[in-house]
This record gives sequence, structure tokens and C-alpha cells, in this order.
Amino acid sequence: MKYSPFSQEAALGLLASLREEKGPVLMALQLMQKEFGYVDKACVELIANFFNKSRADVHGVLTFYHDLRTTPPTEHQISICVAEACQAVGARSLEKEVKAKFANETHDAYCFGNCALGPAAMVDGKIIGRATLAKIERART
Amino acid sequence: MRVFVPCDSAALSIGADEVAAAIARIDSTIEIVRNGSRGALWLETLVEVETPTGRIAYGPVTPDDVQSLFDADFLHGGTHPLSLGKTDEIEWLANQDRVTFARVGIIDPLSLSDYRAHGGLLGLIKALELSGDEIISEVTESGLRGRGGAAFPAGIKWRTAAQATSDQKYICCNADEGDSGTFADRMLIEGDPFTLIEGMTIAGIAVGATQGIVYLRSEYPYAITTLQKAIDIARADSWLGKSVLGSTYSFDIQIRIGAGSYVCGEETAMLESIEGKRGVVRAKPPLPAIEGLFGKPTIINNVLTLATVPMILAEGASAYKARGVGRSLGTQVFQLAGNIAFGGIVETAFGITLNELINTYGGGTLTKRPLRAVQIGGPLGAYFSTDQFETSMDYESLIAAGGMLGHGGIVVFDDTVDLAVQAKFAMEFCAIESCGKCTPCRIGSTRGAETIDLIIQGVRVDENKKLLLDLCEVMTDGSLCAMGGLTPMPVKSAMINFPSDFTGAAR
Repeated sequence: MKYSPFSQEAALGLLASLREEKGPVLMALQLMQKEFGYVDKACVELIANFFNKSRADVHGVLTFYHDLRTTPPTEHQISICVAEACQAVGARSLEKEVKAKFANETHDAYCFGNCALGPAAMVDGKIIGRATLAKIERART
Repeated sequence: MRVFVPCDSAALSIGADEVAAAIARIDSTIEIVRNGSRGALWLETLVEVETPTGRIAYGPVTPDDVQSLFDADFLHGGTHPLSLGKTDEIEWLANQDRVTFARVGIIDPLSLSDYRAHGGLLGLIKALELSGDEIISEVTESGLRGRGGAAFPAGIKWRTAAQATSDQKYICCNADEGDSGTFADRMLIEGDPFTLIEGMTIAGIAVGATQGIVYLRSEYPYAITTLQKAIDIARADSWLGKSVLGSTYSFDIQIRIGAGSYVCGEETAMLESIEGKRGVVRAKPPLPAIEGLFGKPTIINNVLTLATVPMILAEGASAYKARGVGRSLGTQVFQLAGNIAFGGIVETAFGITLNELINTYGGGTLTKRPLRAVQIGGPLGAYFSTDQFETSMDYESLIAAGGMLGHGGIVVFDDTVDLAVQAKFAMEFCAIESCGKCTPCRIGSTRGAETIDLIIQGVRVDENKKLLLDLCEVMTDGSLCAMGGLTPMPVKSAMINFPSDFTGAAR
């Protein structure tokens, strides 16, 4: 996936689009990640100042949610569902196989709502059903 | 000539886009409609062809099958090894009672004309003729209960919010469908999003709310896209906005996207998250219906609850409550998941047995190995053994059997499952997803996982089992919400129903 390089000016421009939103902090963090691929350290203070919140408020939200990351993502992002329905059809062994090959870019996930066609995976935003290492490798290219 | 190839993400996950592309490559003049899924997910990609005698189905179709479908003249319903006959006559589908899911898989999800042609907007039009009080009475009379899992009577919740006075009220749709084994909210949003919008609009009119919010999880990117498009279409059609269908009512909807937190499916944590904060659970009271989002009266309902309201208004409360058993009235959208041969959506009246769902509809396990356990109602639901398969699937019977219906998901496991490992996972999941507010949940879950680990290793098994049960009691009694309060349910049910997995001897 392609992201813009982080800059304070670009970030402030994006935050301005949320000026009218009620309760904007989580949306702001999500917007930063969508644009830059991650939430840069500098965003905490930017968002706090922009929306008149404390840095602790913003930091608290940033560290609560699994989706939000504070370092740039790897080129490919693989998520393997390891929740019960996918466990029932071999998600744990798939997880091991995929992590053995793509350790840096593989994350656990809990449910993509594809529980009748598991194991489920998400590769660079694309959903994979009856996932195998081979299917994941194909989707990754 | 219209050919239907689903755009539901379950179908996409096994190549529906590639099938559609293969069809278009061979004959670019064919009109390919991207419908939702019929819910028979093992038949995906289910390709349908419109013929003068009805829709003919083929499945499961892979891109490699497409040329042979053309060779067999599938465009005129020709016979082919993948031919399933008329879609409406596929037994698995024909035996269901589709109410909430009546249009899913049949219509183009983003075609308002399709929606209207299949009974869409009749509920809202009816609601506009009624007073708010009359709408609420109809919903109450129908017996509709919250489909998110708590099963609270929808009409009573609505009445509470209606009676609160405020300059602003909200309708919040909980679409944070995080339970493993559940996907009905996703399929409804991807397959018939206007039904949800219609239900929310009716709720807004009933209680005097002008703003709706759908809290939709980030793990459902396709649903987010579809729902946003549907909202934009409804706005452009003067359905949402300052004047709902030309009336004096105003109503609009915004999507707020989740950020990968399971506990945010708990209604008060969801409110915190919509407010942009950490998803930490609130104490109740105050009830959200009185003091909810941004401190204002708020109705929080699950997707399926809201999506059922249009039908109740259009066809009347009595038609809905004629279905079901006891206090579980209407239909339930069951979801068959995990290690199951014929998985997908089974919507039917409450009161069907677990056996009928798992064996008659589900066809047993996918692996063809003996079925050993099912978990009903998500990660916080109980593990049942095959001895309990005659249980009636309704709210009260499941509670009596030591479980809960939850959001209606059923996850099947074959005989390779180790229930002690599943119990440990329940605790680990709670440790990962706990919001941290209540100590028994935040710390108890970690101690629980450690204790189960000791049992698995055979360390002081009886002593640790006793300790685990004691911990479960503390978590149940000492947690504000279902995360800590119900994590003991899968743990204890596994211990009770599968004692041989908790002896410390390796399985």
C-alpha cells in the first residue's frame, strides 16, 4: 500500500477536515494512519493542541486500540484470524506456517466475519477464505 | 440477460471477483449484477442466471469453471455438473424463513429501485403515518428483542428514550460484530444496507432522534464501503436528510469506524469509542437510553434488531410474533461456522433444535471427523457437547442449558479439539481485549490462563480446578460488563461438559 511521507503541515491540513466532528480524537488518529501508514510521535501533540485535549488523552486513545501503530508498516500486511471459528479449521497451524515465512509482516486478528470459510486472512486489505500459505503468498504479490 | 455474482466478502474471499471477470471476458455484453450472498456459503461463488422461469444457480463456481458453463449454455439454464436448479428450490434455502434477510442475496445491494421492488421502504412509509408512540407500541407488540445478544425488549428501550426530554437524541447501531462465528451483521450490511438505514430512520422518528451513527468495525472494510455508498444514495434520494421522504422529520446517519477493539462491541465502551476515547466500559445506570452518547438519550441496537423493524412495521407485529416459541418471538439469524460442511446463514423461527441446525442444515463437520463440541454465542458463549443437541434454540432454553444465544453464531469443532486449550484461549482473549476497568477481568483473565495451563500440565489438578472455579465466580460477580462477566461461561462449560479434557493427562 502507498502512503504519503509524514509532515506536520500535511497532518494539520487533514485535521482541519475534522473540525466539525464531535469526539474527534480517535478519528484523527485513524486519519493519520490512513494517510501516513502509522501515527507519528509528533501527532500526539498536534492532535492534542488542535482539538484542545491533553496529550495524555490522545496518548491514551493511541495505545488502547490494536489497529493503531506508531511505526511505519512493512510493505505487505498479513493478518491471520486466530479466533475460535478459524481455530476449528486449522488457523493455528496456518499462523505458524505464515509466521515462519513472513514473521515481520504477520499479525494475529480476531474475526473478519468469514467464519464459515475459514481459516480467514487479510492480505494488504484483501480478504482470503479457506486460506493457505500458497493463497496468502499469491495475494501478497 | 442478467447474471448474478455475489459481492459479499465471503464470496470475494474465495474468488467471486475473478469469476465475474472471467464471465465478462468471454461475453462482455452480459449484465453482471453484484448481489449479496444467499448465505449458503459453501456454494460460493454461487452464480445465478435470470431465466423466464426464475433464477437458476450454479455453484461453487471457480474461474476455471466459467468456460465450461458457457459451453453448457448456462445463460439459458443449461445443465452442468455445478447446476443446482432453481435457486428458490434449493432445499437448504427453501426451508428457511427469511424475514430480516428477506432481500439479502436477491437484490443489488445498492439499487434503490431493486429495494423498492422487493418491499423496501414500506415500513418507513407506514411509520410516517403513525405517531412515535404507535411505532413503539408496534415494535413492543412484535416481541422483538435485542439481537446483539442481551435480548432486551427493543420496544421498552425505545419507550425509555422516547420519554426522555432532550435537545438531541441519537440512534446508535452497534455493528461491531466481533464475536467469532458471527457474520450476519456484515452480510446484511453488504447485501441489503438500505434495510438497516430504513430501520434506523424508523427508530429516529419513533423516539425523536435526528442523528444516527453506525459503529462499524475496521475488520469489515467491504461493509464500510457498501454502507457509505448506500447512505450517500439515500441522501441523494431525499430519504435521509432534512426532510425524510418529504415529511417534517429530519434524520441522517454517519459511520464511525472501530479500531480493532473487541470490548467496543459492549454498548457503553462503544459510546466511549464513538466519543473518540479509550473504549472503557461505563457503569450503568445511567442507562444509555437516558444518558448515552455525549450524555444524550441514545438507543443502541444491533444491526439485526434495527434491520428487522422495517418488516415489523410493513407486515405488522402479529405476523412477526406468530413465529418463535415462548418469549423468543420472531426469527433468529443463525450463523453456522467453524468446522462445518454447509456453513452460512440459517434464518428460521426460534425453537429449532441445535441438532437440526448442525446436522440437518450444517451437514456435520467439514473434515468428516466426528463432531465433538459446539460453541454458541461467540467467545463468551458456552461449549456444548453432542449430548445437548436436542436443546431448543431460543433465549430461555439456552440459558437453562447453561449457555446463551448471544448473537446467534454457532462454531463447530471436530474430535481433534481440546477443550482445556479452548478454555485457556477464552481467558487469553479476555486478557488481550479487557478494557482494564474491572480488576477481576483485567488481572483475573491472566491468572485464569495461567491456572488452566497448570491443569493442562497436570500440576495439582484438583486444587487448580477448584481455584479456577473460584476465580470464575469472582470474574462473574465482580465485572461490570460481559467481557469479564461471561468469560467464565466458555471456561466453566468446557470443564462441566468435557471433564476428560481437564484431568491433566495429555489428550
